[in-house]
Amino acid sequence: MSETVSERSHVDRGSEGPVPPAPSRRLRTPLGWWRNPWRRPHMLATFTWTYLAWSLLPVLIAIGISFNAGRSNSVWQGFSTQWWWGHPRFDQSGALFVSPELRTALIQSLRLSFITMFIAVPLGVAFAIGISRWRGPAPAGANFLMLFSFVIPEIIIGISMFLFFTYLLKFVHLGTGAQLLSLVTYQVSYPVIIVRARLLSIGKEYEEAATDLGASPTQAVRRVLLPLLYPAILVSFALVFADTIDDFITVRYLSAGANTEPLSVKIYNFSRGTLTPAINAAATFLLFSTLVIAVIGVFLYRRITSGQRGQTQEMTGYLT
Amino acid sequence: MVALFALPFYVVVSIAFGTVDPVFQSPLPVYEPWFWTKTYLLGEWHFIIGEFRVVEVRTIVYVVLASAVCLVIAYAVAYYVARFGGKRKGLFLTLLIAPFFISYLMRMLSWVELLQPNGYVNSVLTFLHITPHPINWLAGVPFTVVLGLVYGYIPYMILPLYGFLDRIDQSQVEAGRDLGANPFWTFVRVTLPLSKPAILASLVIVTLPMFGDYYTNNLLSGSPKTTMFGNLLDNSMEATGQGPEAAILVLFLVVFLMIPMLYYMRQTAKAQRHQ
Repeated sequence: MSETVSERSHVDRGSEGPVPPAPSRRLRTPLGWWRNPWRRPHMLATFTWTYLAWSLLPVLIAIGISFNAGRSNSVWQGFSTQWWWGHPRFDQSGALFVSPELRTALIQSLRLSFITMFIAVPLGVAFAIGISRWRGPAPAGANFLMLFSFVIPEIIIGISMFLFFTYLLKFVHLGTGAQLLSLVTYQVSYPVIIVRARLLSIGKEYEEAATDLGASPTQAVRRVLLPLLYPAILVSFALVFADTIDDFITVRYLSAGANTEPLSVKIYNFSRGTLTPAINAAATFLLFSTLVIAVIGVFLYRRITSGQRGQTQEMTGYLT
Repeated sequence: MVALFALPFYVVVSIAFGTVDPVFQSPLPVYEPWFWTKTYLLGEWHFIIGEFRVVEVRTIVYVVLASAVCLVIAYAVAYYVARFGGKRKGLFLTLLIAPFFISYLMRMLSWVELLQPNGYVNSVLTFLHITPHPINWLAGVPFTVVLGLVYGYIPYMILPLYGFLDRIDQSQVEAGRDLGANPFWTFVRVTLPLSKPAILASLVIVTLPMFGDYYTNNLLSGSPKTTMFGNLLDNSMEATGQGPEAAILVLFLVVFLMIPMLYYMRQTAKAQRHQ
């Protein structure tokens, strides 16, 4: 790498070189502190913490607002749970668990995400195993397709699915069926990408060892490969659930009337009109349900990989 | 599954090249390529190069600005966590991944509430006497929209960057330092060139979806002064006779997005050949 550091930089002010951070007199002056090449990066640290505060504080405030006692969405007026369960002394019709509209949406949300999760993940795992066993140009094509569906704006998928179901596949009516079909299509790329990454790091040896020891190919996959894939599968479950329950773009175009609009779509529609803290309660509910699934995932993951080191690192490795 | 990807797109193409029912104004898709007509495509093309041009330029400006701001912030944060995270790395990563599990809507909603005329942003600003009276941030302010885009998409940029920066061999950075470069030049001459592929990949992940974004804009502004291309798509779906217009706009966007996509694929292919 010596070429990347040009000769010019040798004469730069940082030419103290590899001086250990010893408290020499020169370093104790204010400018000396600035010049010390081994000082701690305080500015970057402050920046990072500021970023984290900026990224998470607004959400915490929004969660707080869902327990607001008044009608306002922007000013705190005291604590109450009236926007969750309603309150006997107030009008209850707007609360999350009371309003029939929001309750229907909530059930639709949970239904869509659970069904999508249990279809998309097994399908994605099967694809990933299939693609990695396949030879020829198919894997490259599949790779491109997955990547493409990952980065193109979701509105494109939403609109093409809408046109697809209204003009070609007319027997699939708009509503839950169409929503599920397009959600599965879109979400399947998560497990495929994650499981394939894991498959690449596992390698073929374990499976070959299994077949050498007399296992049939199916047995090798079921009893050797799948247990090795469990962590990746769990991460996929959590991600697919989180992404599906939050999805409002595809699902909004494909819903047939207000009855099949999940909570996310309701939040979107209400956010543009009159806001009440019930919308915050709805968004918080989505967040909590995602967290519950994620915590279950982490818990199962710990149980499966107990005794192995570097769990967090490995788990986050799937996301990066 | 390929069918579920490819067929809807074929329908889009058929509708884009198809005709419109004269009575109901609903599209009549033409599935046979040899019967395709260009009438509606050309009509819409007039809009695309004429009336919509302002929107397209605005979209590109917003997206480029937002991606640039994203990149600067995301790189700094990812760099800090990857190199100096130390024992706190787990905590940092949890906090960085948290936005993935918080719905996009929730994160936008919280800003809608903070930026209300009587919201907390305005009360802090007036309290500190930065502005004499509250600013209406949500009435079509481009600054709000760009900041909303940055806020919405930046988590998707930090994680890939972190993943890459974390894998950079520290000995290469140390070599730069040993050869006499100060931290700044080591960064510019060693770390930055090494992380070029990661920068490119994270830009693709963040920039392409921004081109179809309409919700950030709708929630944080909703004013025609900040309309983006995604809004055109969404409006064409909400109008009656949804079909030809939406299909043609989708087609246009896909073709447009293929350019950076193909560039990215060529670059990665080149990088792999060099290894």
